[in-house]
Amino acid sequence: MILDAGGRAPLLTEARAAFVEALDQGWADPRRLFSEGRRARMLLDGAREAIAGVVGARTEEIDLAPSHVAALHTAVRSVARGRRRVGSGVVVGAVERAAVLNAAAFVAGDARLVVPVDATGRVDAATFAAAVAAPGVALAALQHANGEVGTLQPVDEVHVAARAAGVPLLVDAGASLGHVAVPPSWDLLAADAGDWGGPGGIGVLATRRGVRRSPDGPEDDDRWFPGGVSVPAALAAAVALQVAEQRRVAEAQRLHALVDRVRARVAAEVPDVDVVGDPDRRLPHVVTFSCLYVDGEALVTALDAEGFAVGSGSACTSSALEPSHVLAAMGVLTHGNVRLALPAGTTERDVDAFCDALPRLVARVRSALGVEGL
Amino acid sequence: MTVVDARGLRCPAPVIRIARAARDAASGTHITVLATDPAAVHDVPAWARMRGHAMVSSTEADGEYALTVEIG
Repeated sequence: MILDAGGRAPLLTEARAAFVEALDQGWADPRRLFSEGRRARMLLDGAREAIAGVVGARTEEIDLAPSHVAALHTAVRSVARGRRRVGSGVVVGAVERAAVLNAAAFVAGDARLVVPVDATGRVDAATFAAAVAAPGVALAALQHANGEVGTLQPVDEVHVAARAAGVPLLVDAGASLGHVAVPPSWDLLAADAGDWGGPGGIGVLATRRGVRRSPDGPEDDDRWFPGGVSVPAALAAAVALQVAEQRRVAEAQRLHALVDRVRARVAAEVPDVDVVGDPDRRLPHVVTFSCLYVDGEALVTALDAEGFAVGSGSACTSSALEPSHVLAAMGVLTHGNVRLALPAGTTERDVDAFCDALPRLVARVRSALGVEGL
Repeated sequence: MTVVDARGLRCPAPVIRIARAARDAASGTHITVLATDPAAVHDVPAWARMRGHAMVSSTEADGEYALTVEIG
């Protein structure tokens, strides 16, 4: 049972069919001028048009990237370079994706300003606005929602402030597009096809006309993402997004209630647990919690052995020594962490099976560590 | 004051070590845990909050952290 679909959801049936079809129809290089090349170009532009329609952009504002990370890197690097006369400052939220934080450090160095978050993982809009209004800021980046804890960010208020300051706002919708309505309050928008049931290997970068940016790599026909993307993957990504959008409202309502159920049951049935993130203003499908005195790797492995695929932000579950920077910035427990990002179609029976198994497995891991009574 | 050595141990061991020391400690006692695991910097304060203890100090030198709590 896949309960960890963030960034790589199971491929939607419709996306798979579109991908296979496009292997026949869109195999050619879209730069070629013969018929097959033109047909591939038409499919690629059709994919951009469909994505533009969903995010509320013009087709020419949509660039497709070979990954979500590449989309975020290019957004930060190209705007920083395009606006270098303004200054080198980049303002970011503390719980942005590592790709944003690292790209901002790469272009801005000491001029990267990180706005802290509260215990729910949300930046304070007024603090962020004040940081953006400082002189020398080339770019601001604030995610629409946090993919690890689900908390929605105040992008509307921050965009008003950024616009007043003349600073473009990059909104990372990598965890939200296809799950909740994405507001028009952005100058650059990044998203991840793998997250909404499209294939891996397609990121989206939408850039409003008028945002000043400049490539910091060699010349290429595909100016922002040299070499372009796979046409079948692009088409499958667009089809998946349209399907996800059609189902979005009903699915979001259903999953929101399921996450409410998980939050309530975990808090009630597992002793010494921190269920984190905003309980209400959040993504419909994401929930995370940390269990005191629990080895995250042992718990993820125990859950996997019973058929539950979950994620974790604990340091002991990753190759890095550092725990999730999101949990750390929120000041919540980083060990014993379990993260669920429910894919479309998850049922109440699924989450109940998870909730039924969890207390026993947590108790078993704790028992192995000898921490009863602490 | 009690000092607990959890250097070289990975999460959640540093928190478990300080929790063992805290179990029989009187209210107002200061306990310091030494750790090299960076997660301890976040997890000891979170544990203190969950258990009603107060953070007194948190310092780092050469990759070694010293985290002190006052038992509530």
